[in-house]
Amino acid sequence: MKICVLVKEVPDAAVQKRIDPSTGRMDRGGEKNLNPYDTHAIEAAMQIKEGGAPVDEIVAVTMGPSSAVRALHKAVSLGADRSVHLSDDALAGSDVAATGYALAQTLKRENPDLVLLGQQSDDGECYTIGAVVAEHLSMPSLTQVIKLDLAGEELTCERQAEYGYDTVKIQTPAVISVGDAINEPRYPSLKAIMGAKKKPLDTVATGDVEIDASKVGGDNSGAQWTSAKAPPSKAAGLIIEDEDTDETVGKIVAWLDERKLL
Amino acid sequence: MSNILVYALHYDGAINKNSLGAISEGARLAKQLGGEAHAILVGENIPQELAAGLGEYGATKVLTADGPDGLGQPVVDAMASAIQNGDYKYALFGGGLLGFEVGAGLAARLGAGVAMEITTVRAEGGELIAERPILGDSSISEIKYRSDVGIIIGRLNAFEITKDGAGAATVEAITYEPSKQSAQAQIVTRGEQRGADVDIEGANVLVAGGRGLGKAEGFDLCNDLAGAFGGNSAVAATRAVVDAGWYPYAGQIGQTGKTVAPKLYLAAGISGAIQHKVGMQASENIVAINKDANAPIFEFSDLGIVGDLNKILPKLTEAIKAKKGS
Ligand SMILES: Cc1cc2nc3c(=O)[nH]c(=O)nc-3n(C[C@H](O)[C@H](O)[C@H](O)COP(=O)(O)OP(=O)(O)OC[C@H]3O[C@@H](n4cnc5c(N)ncnc54)[C@H](O)[C@@H]3O)c2cc1C
Ligand SMILES: Nc1ncnc2c1ncn2[C@@H]1O[C@H](COP(=O)(O)O)[C@@H](O)[C@H]1O
Repeated sequence: MKICVLVKEVPDAAVQKRIDPSTGRMDRGGEKNLNPYDTHAIEAAMQIKEGGAPVDEIVAVTMGPSSAVRALHKAVSLGADRSVHLSDDALAGSDVAATGYALAQTLKRENPDLVLLGQQSDDGECYTIGAVVAEHLSMPSLTQVIKLDLAGEELTCERQAEYGYDTVKIQTPAVISVGDAINEPRYPSLKAIMGAKKKPLDTVATGDVEIDASKVGGDNSGAQWTSAKAPPSKAAGLIIEDEDTDETVGKIVAWLDERKLL
Repeated sequence: MSNILVYALHYDGAINKNSLGAISEGARLAKQLGGEAHAILVGENIPQELAAGLGEYGATKVLTADGPDGLGQPVVDAMASAIQNGDYKYALFGGGLLGFEVGAGLAARLGAGVAMEITTVRAEGGELIAERPILGDSSISEIKYRSDVGIIIGRLNAFEITKDGAGAATVEAITYEPSKQSAQAQIVTRGEQRGADVDIEGANVLVAGGRGLGKAEGFDLCNDLAGAFGGNSAVAATRAVVDAGWYPYAGQIGQTGKTVAPKLYLAAGISGAIQHKVGMQASENIVAINKDANAPIFEFSDLGIVGDLNKILPKLTEAIKAKKGS
């Protein structure tokens, strides 16, 4: 079987994210890294393979600018066998629906038995790419899965939804977005990091995967993100840096006491 | 016409509160657009009264469709069919998990624009404009729709429940063709409550613990502190630690947990992710202890302590006991 893992390059969490006021879009400058939530999806694929399922290949797939190859290198160092990079200026500014469509077209060429992805991208935070991709591939899908067992062509998935934990059985091929509680991702070995650039990497443009250019890009997205404005300002809270804990605790108690909370 | 179709999630014979908010919001917006708000319920044996009752919140018509409870894709099938056979310009969802899945799937099926985590919607020139806070709520984006149908997925608790309806709604049972993918999923169990039954909704004081507690035993520190407050206090948790099995699901605050508004909410080792914030931001007083000065929770705390909870909590417990004893 073949597992495709969707990965994304995102601004490093340590770097301040910001919006470019002239375009209303995310400013994607600065340090970048593999979206940390996607490392759980790669790890889930590795555990399926190591668990004895007949996995022939794990393929990392991304859509993004040329710099996104670094996210693919990282994915490969974590265990993917090869990667596919969808990169085309025509895709810039695509909304969730357009991104999901473009990724689905890229996946069609791979014909995977299972598509795994992260619960959210650290920058876009839409939580929904999986549902869009699944629809375009006519595959069943589930988000926030924290336990995944594969037996033949049947997946047993557990996830927390709004009323508690649900267990769902799904026939592959399927698209599963995994929650961050599903596993503890491994660290790549030095050898894997060094070898990552030598693994096959296929760079494709919209035409190579039959993406209809009139359905992607900022100008063709159904949702138009117009402007960014500041939220209503709220009085900042009091911040205490704990240096002398007895003193800190004294201040907390006084603060609570003043507000009659004790 | 400018009708709005609202998804109503239901469980155990009751409609989800966020769906009631979405129906109220849909009714308000539809009036401004000169159209109607309709609701759709998908499930097994939906009681007629449950559906008709949505009229109170402003739905003029309620569509019901047979389908498995608790899965998203059958709802996509039913809603896509209702939209294709009806006259809808927008589809609206309350916050939650299924609404996100259904809204996104529907956008793909219909080739429609979609935006999620919406906190405000307004009508302008016959169109709806949605607002979404982004980047940890530090900025707000506006979204307009260019597609025939616009899909709006609300943030948890964003839409207020109002009962401005004219009484019972008309109920219409609809049929639809289940998609191939819907037939490939089967729900085995739904709504399993993991861990003990703890009551956090009635508490005046909530001590909430997160991954920063380090291990399940870390909750002892929270229990001790809640004990020192005494009276009507309880211990709550984030999803991260509930998924890890450190604390019962019944004590979880947030998007897929409870919504609370105690007099005092004290967070220990909680980063303050949006999905947690939406369940507790209405608390009267918010205190946070976190060792990372950049933790998002400090953005919405009234009192923030930058420090190690292992050092602070035991001493705070003792100090409160001493204060109360005096
Ligand atoms: C669809 C969806 C639904 C979700 N629903 C929910 C929900 O209902 N409820 C919910 O809570 N989350 C929910 N989440 C998850 C949410 O996004 C966060 O992952 C989660 O809230 C993080 O929990 P946490 O704060 O305990 O952990 P973390 O984010 O890991 O934060 C731990 C914090 O502890 C601090 N810390 C560590 N050690 C110490 C120490 N010794 N002293 C002091 N501080 C320390 C760290 O600095 C850090 O800020 C949902 C996510 C999604 C995508
Ligand atoms: N441009 C992209 N390329 C590949 N995968 C993506 C991309 N954007 C999002 N994803 C995947 O979709 C998941 C959810 O992202 P989001 O819906 O943006 O929160 C991420 O964890 C990734 O696995």
